[in-house]
Amino acid sequence: MSVVDVTVAGTPLIELDGVSRSFKVPGGVITAVDSVSLAISAGEALCIVGESGCGKTTTGRMLAGILRPTGGRLIYEGKDVWAKKGTDLSAFRRAVQLVHQDPYASLNPTRTIFQTLSAPIYRHKKAKGSRDAMNRVRHLLQVVGLTPPDDFLGKYPHQLSGGQRQRVAIARALTVDPRLIVADEAVSMVDVSIRISLLNLLLGLRNEMGVSIVLITHDLAVARYFASEGRIGVMYLGRMVELARSEALVSDPAHPYSAALISAIPEADPNITRSKERVRLKTAEVPSLLALPPGCTFHPRCPLAEEGLCDVLVPALLPLPGPRGPREVACHVAIRERQPAAELLA
Amino acid sequence: MTAAALPRAGDRTLPRPVESAIEFLRLLSKRPSGLIGFIGIVFFLSLAFIAPLFVPNQESGDITQLYETPSLQHLLGTDNAGRDVLNQIVQGGKEIISVALITAFLTTLVATVLGSISALVGGRFDAALVAIADILLTVPPLIVLIVISALARPTNFLALALVLSLLGWAGLMRQVRAQVLTLKERDYVEAARSLDLGLIHIVFREILPNMRSYIVIHFVLAMTGAIYAQVALIILGLVPFSGKNWALMLYFAQTQGAFYFNDAFWFVFSPILAIILLQLSLVLFVNALEDIFNPRLRSS
Amino acid sequence: MTPILSVRDLSIDYRTRRGPVHAVRDVSFDIAKGETVAIIGESGSGKTTLAVSFIRLSPRSAKITKGQILYTNDKETVDIRTLPDDELRQYRWSECAMVFQAALNSFNPVINIWEQFADTARAHGLKDSKKIHARAQELLDLVHLDPARVLTAYPHELSGGMKQRVLIALSLMLEPQLIILDEPTTALDILTQRSIIDLLGTLRKKLGFSMIFISHDLSIAAELADRMITMYAGTVVERASVTDLFYRPRHPYSVGLLRAVPRVSGAMGAVASIPGSPPDLIRLPPGCTYVPRCPVAIPACSEREPDLLPVDMPDHDARCIRWKTVAEQVGNAEVAVAEKIATA
Repeated sequence: MSVVDVTVAGTPLIELDGVSRSFKVPGGVITAVDSVSLAISAGEALCIVGESGCGKTTTGRMLAGILRPTGGRLIYEGKDVWAKKGTDLSAFRRAVQLVHQDPYASLNPTRTIFQTLSAPIYRHKKAKGSRDAMNRVRHLLQVVGLTPPDDFLGKYPHQLSGGQRQRVAIARALTVDPRLIVADEAVSMVDVSIRISLLNLLLGLRNEMGVSIVLITHDLAVARYFASEGRIGVMYLGRMVELARSEALVSDPAHPYSAALISAIPEADPNITRSKERVRLKTAEVPSLLALPPGCTFHPRCPLAEEGLCDVLVPALLPLPGPRGPREVACHVAIRERQPAAELLA
Repeated sequence: MTAAALPRAGDRTLPRPVESAIEFLRLLSKRPSGLIGFIGIVFFLSLAFIAPLFVPNQESGDITQLYETPSLQHLLGTDNAGRDVLNQIVQGGKEIISVALITAFLTTLVATVLGSISALVGGRFDAALVAIADILLTVPPLIVLIVISALARPTNFLALALVLSLLGWAGLMRQVRAQVLTLKERDYVEAARSLDLGLIHIVFREILPNMRSYIVIHFVLAMTGAIYAQVALIILGLVPFSGKNWALMLYFAQTQGAFYFNDAFWFVFSPILAIILLQLSLVLFVNALEDIFNPRLRSS
Repeated sequence: MTPILSVRDLSIDYRTRRGPVHAVRDVSFDIAKGETVAIIGESGSGKTTLAVSFIRLSPRSAKITKGQILYTNDKETVDIRTLPDDELRQYRWSECAMVFQAALNSFNPVINIWEQFADTARAHGLKDSKKIHARAQELLDLVHLDPARVLTAYPHELSGGMKQRVLIALSLMLEPQLIILDEPTTALDILTQRSIIDLLGTLRKKLGFSMIFISHDLSIAAELADRMITMYAGTVVERASVTDLFYRPRHPYSVGLLRAVPRVSGAMGAVASIPGSPPDLIRLPPGCTYVPRCPVAIPACSEREPDLLPVDMPDHDARCIRWKTVAEQVGNAEVAVAEKIATA
C-alpha cells in the first residue's frame, strides 16, 4: 500500500487504503472502484480525473462517508471510520462535506438561503442564539463571495443563478467546519466564464482555512488549473492508473491512458489543437464493467501493451522515479523502462 | 434559467404566504374552469356553514303544502311534510361537508405519515405496510364500507368519518411512499444527511414541504371520495342518522316514495343538484390546481 | 458566390409574464457553401434560440419580430420565415438538418434505432423499406458504427458517443446542404469528444456540407470552425475568422471569455473569470449591454448600443467603440490571449 505524500510530511488527514466498492446489478456484479489507495494531507488540493464509468464519483462519495466501501479501509485521523458505529461516524461525515454537481438540485427549493444555512448551525450549536446565527450566516456568505449578504438571506434558490447556488452549497458545507471538501464536478454545470472564480474560491478556502479540497472532474484543463500546486489522480475503469503532480502529468504523462487523454483534448487554441499529435488507441470501445479484461484493464486499447504481460498481470500503482518529482503509475511497461509513456510513445 | 430573469437585488418582497396567495389567485384567474370551481367551493362553504347562522332551522312544515312546486314562498318547493326544501338544503350541507373535511384530513394525515415512514425506514416494515395497503386496494370499497358500517353502526358524523378514513388511506399512502422514495435521493436531502440534521428535520423540513402541492390535491380528491361514500351509505339506509343532510333528504325521498310523484321533483332534485355541483366545483378546482402546481404546465 | 444562409437583422422575442424577453437582437451573418461557422455564447446569449429559428422549431412563445433568414440552394433563394408549411417540410432535413444534444433525451426511448431511421425517412417521403434500410446501413457505416449492432438496439443501450453518432447519421439522411449542431460535444467524455470532432471533420471533407455549431465550448470552434461569432445578451458582439478571434479579438467579452477558459497545453497564462453576470433580457440598459462587466468601458459606452464596426483586420467586426484599446492590449501576435496578457 504505497502512499505518496508530496505536500506535507506527517500523518495524512484521510486515507483510502485499498478501497473497493462493488454493486449488484441485473447483469452481475460491477466493481466500480477497485483497490484504490490514496492519502490526502491537510490543506491539500487534489484532483481526480477520468471519463464516465471510471469510478471517480463513487470514490468521492466514499471519501465523504456517503457510501460504505465493500473492501479496504477508510482511515480518518488514524482510525478506521467504518470499524465502529455511532458518533464517530457522524463526526467523520461532518468533517468531510460533498458539494454536488447540479446547482439546480443541490438546494431545497422550498427553503430560503438563510434557512438552508442556519439549520446546521443551530443543529450543531455553532451559534449562541438567533442573532449570532444570523451573523455566522452573513460571514459565510461573505466568505463565498455572495455580497452584500443581506441581499441573499431571504431569497429562494430559484432566484439565484447557477454559480450563486454553487456558492451557497459551498457555504453550507462550511457551516460544520469541515476538514475536507469533495467537489464532485462542482463547476461542470456552471457557465464557462465563471468557472475559474469558483475554483479560486475553493483554492482560497484551502489557503485561508486549511481545508483540503478534492475536485472530481472530467475536464483536464480545469484539473490542471485547480491542482497547479498539487496532484492529479487519473482513474480508468475503477482503478487509479496514475498519480502525479499536475504539471508533470500534463506535460509528460506516465500512463498511456493519460497520454491518450491529454493528446485527445480539444484545446481553445486553433494552431495548437489542429496540429497536435494524437495518441492513437487500438480501439475506441470501452469494456463493460461487467466483463473487464484480464490483467491490465487498459490492455485491449493500449499501444504499448505486451502480450503475456499486460493481459495477464494486474499492474500495481508503483512509484516511478524521474526528474518531475514523485509520481506513481500502474503500468508494467512504464515501470520496467523507467520512463513515462509519453516518451515511449513519441 | 439565467441571471437575466432574476429580480434585482433590493426588490421589495411581501411575506411569502401573502405573496403566494396573490400569485395563486392570479394563476387561478387564468383558468376559467378552475376559477368557477373555486367560486363554487366558496359558495357551498358559505351556504353550509354561514347561511345556517342566519336562516333558522324549520322543524315542521305546513301540511297543507305538500310537494309544492317552487314559488316565491318556497323557492325550491316543499317536501312530503310541507317543509321548505331550500331551508333543508341550507341546513343539510354542514354535516356532509364536515364529514368530508374530517375524512380527508384523517386520510391524508395517516397516508402521509405512513407513506413517509415506510419509505424512509424501508425493510420489512415497509414491505408489510405496502402489503396491507395492496390488500385494501384490491377489495371493492363499497362492499367493505357496507360491511363495516353494518358492524360498527356509526351514530354520529365523526364516527362515519373515521370509518371512511379506514379505507381511504391505502392509495394515497402508496403514492406518498413513491414520492418520498424519489425525494430522499435528491442532492439536498443527501446534504442534510451529511450535515447530520436528523430524521425529524429531514422528514418535516426537507421532504414534506416538497410534496405540499401533492398533498393538497389529494386532500381535495379525498373529499370528493368521502362525499360519494357518504351518499351511498346513507341512501342505502346503512347509517342510522337523524338530522339534516342532503343525502338524508334523498333517503327520505326514496322511502317516502317521492320518486313516483311528479310534484316531488324539486324535493328529489335539489339535494342531487347540490351534491353534484359541490363535487363538480371540487373537481374543477383540483384540475386547475394540478396545472398551477406543475411549473412545466404553466404557460407564460 | 451567394452564401447558402444569410441572416439579416434577425430579432426574436419570447412572451413572458414580465414582458417580452429580447432573446435575439439584430443578428446578421452569412455562411458560405462548405463553410463552418461556430456561434459561441453562454447561457442567456440567445444562441440556441437563434439556431432553432433556422429550421423554425422555436417554441410557440417565441416570435420573430424582424429580420430575414435567407436560404439559397442551386435553384432559388427563400426566406425561411415566410416559407409555407409544405415547402418548410421539404426544407427541413433535405436542405437543412439539425443535430441535437444526444445527452438530452433526443431519442424516443421506446422504439429502436431502426425505427427511428424508418420514421424519419417516411416522414420525409421515402417509402421503400429496403431502400431505407440500405441507406441506414450506409449512414451508420459513414459514422463508424456497426449497423448490425446498432439498428436493433434501443437508445438506452447505446453510449453517449454512439447516440451522438446516430443523430449525426440521421441528419445526413437526405444529404442536406447545411447542418446545425447544438452542443455536439458537451457532456461527452474526452476521448468520445475527440472521435466526434474527428468524425465531423472527415464527413465535412467527404460530403462538403456547411456546418453551424452552437456551443459554449471554445475548443470545438478552435477545432472545426472557419469563422466564429461570439454572442452576448442576444446579439452578435464579434464576427471574425477563427484565428482572428482567438489571437486578435477586438471585443472585451471575447477577450474575457478567452481568458476565462483554462488550457492544458502551453503556459497557463493569466486565467480569470469575468466578474458579474449577464443582463436582464427584459429590461436592457440603453447602451452597450457589456458595460457592467467591461474593463475598458467609458461613459460614452452607456449612451447607445454600438453597431457592429469593422476593425483593423479584414472581414472582422466588433460591437465596441473601444476596439482600438482592446487591439492595443491584445496585439496581433499568433499567441493565445491569456498568455499575451500575462506577459503584458
